[in-house]
Amino acid sequence: MRGVLLGVVLGLALELAGRGLAAEAPPPRVIKMTAKKFEYSPAEVHIKKGEHVVLELSSLDRKHGFKLPELGIRADVPPGGTARVEVTAEKAGRFPFACDVFCGDGHEDMTGTLIVDP
Amino acid sequence: MHIDRRELLKLVGLGGVVLGSGLPGFSLAASKGKVAEDFFFLQLSDTHWGFSGPPNPEADKTLKQVVQAVNASKAKPDFIVFTGDLTHTTDDDALRRKRMTEFKTIVADLKAPKVYFLPGEHDASLDKGQAYQENFGALHQSFQHKGVHFIAIDNVSDPAGAVGDTQIDWIKSELGKLDKDAPIVVLTHRPLFDLYPQWDWATADGAKVIQVLEPYRHLTVFYGHIHQENHRMTGHIAHHSAKSLMFPLPAPGSVPKRQPVAWDPEHPARGLGYRGVDVAAKDPTLKLEEFDVKGGRV
Repeated sequence: MRGVLLGVVLGLALELAGRGLAAEAPPPRVIKMTAKKFEYSPAEVHIKKGEHVVLELSSLDRKHGFKLPELGIRADVPPGGTARVEVTAEKAGRFPFACDVFCGDGHEDMTGTLIVDP
Repeated sequence: MHIDRRELLKLVGLGGVVLGSGLPGFSLAASKGKVAEDFFFLQLSDTHWGFSGPPNPEADKTLKQVVQAVNASKAKPDFIVFTGDLTHTTDDDALRRKRMTEFKTIVADLKAPKVYFLPGEHDASLDKGQAYQENFGALHQSFQHKGVHFIAIDNVSDPAGAVGDTQIDWIKSELGKLDKDAPIVVLTHRPLFDLYPQWDWATADGAKVIQVLEPYRHLTVFYGHIHQENHRMTGHIAHHSAKSLMFPLPAPGSVPKRQPVAWDPEHPARGLGYRGVDVAAKDPTLKLEEFDVKGGRV
């Protein structure tokens, strides 16, 4: 009985310690972006190599897309809504992104670059 | 595998005029006897009627010039196919219809027994193909010509650039009627493969479509959208893009922005043109010829 009780107490202590560790992990940096015909703002986004960030995109007019092919990322950016895209870049470089939901005469100009600094 | 024009010419040993090949994937057929007789068709693309701006100071003349060039040519095509972006996009529904009407009036002068149209995203993405269908009919279609099966795929009326499961089922059903050795030409606007998705030069579910096409051994794809020639293989399937008849675009990824190539007053309309496709029945191959806007061979 005494052994069982010790086990429960130890288990609880480990769980609490685990929660404590999890709570210490820093939340990802949130980078707010807007999309509208025919631009993203900001159009250049800087992050650090290995950094975990969330791009929070909102549309100011109509449905747009967000496609960052080299990191395998795509999302719809609905009007009045927000798309959250998690990014962890493992290598430094410049990674172009573009709107992939045709949005009118200027759609082809709706591009930007994620710049991952070393 | 990427093959540019120069490499292709070297491979097939032809000098500067005719792009042609009996190479696997460039051949319509090992299916001898299935192409009933020789024929010739033209691919015109990305006319963007209604566009105006410095990239083409002759924007209201180029298409008319091409119609004259085609009609003046001694080689008479069996048919002509326009692979999308017939008109330049606009948010104004009435103006879109006006541009389509003007375009139809101009191309009605083409001397060809039959003219087929495909939509591009500039024609069909903003209203999901409504005005296009009023003016040109179905968004996707199939037809046969002298033993060759043509399947025209719509990858633009969904603004996200997808073909969609319903249409993919239709493609499966069309192909299901054919022998695996049948000569097949697929027509589309966007590239079915990821040519350069950073510039939206792709089809969202293109990989699914290619998987459906893959079992057919003599299948070739012609498309537009990228305003330049590009010749690429996915497995045994050859994909050939056509030049635009409004403004050329830079090679994929060669510059930061996909802005039109600047008009050169010393060489007006350089980089614009259209394509002839010769289908020979006797030794079934498919030969490509490129023409400038005046009908001169490039």
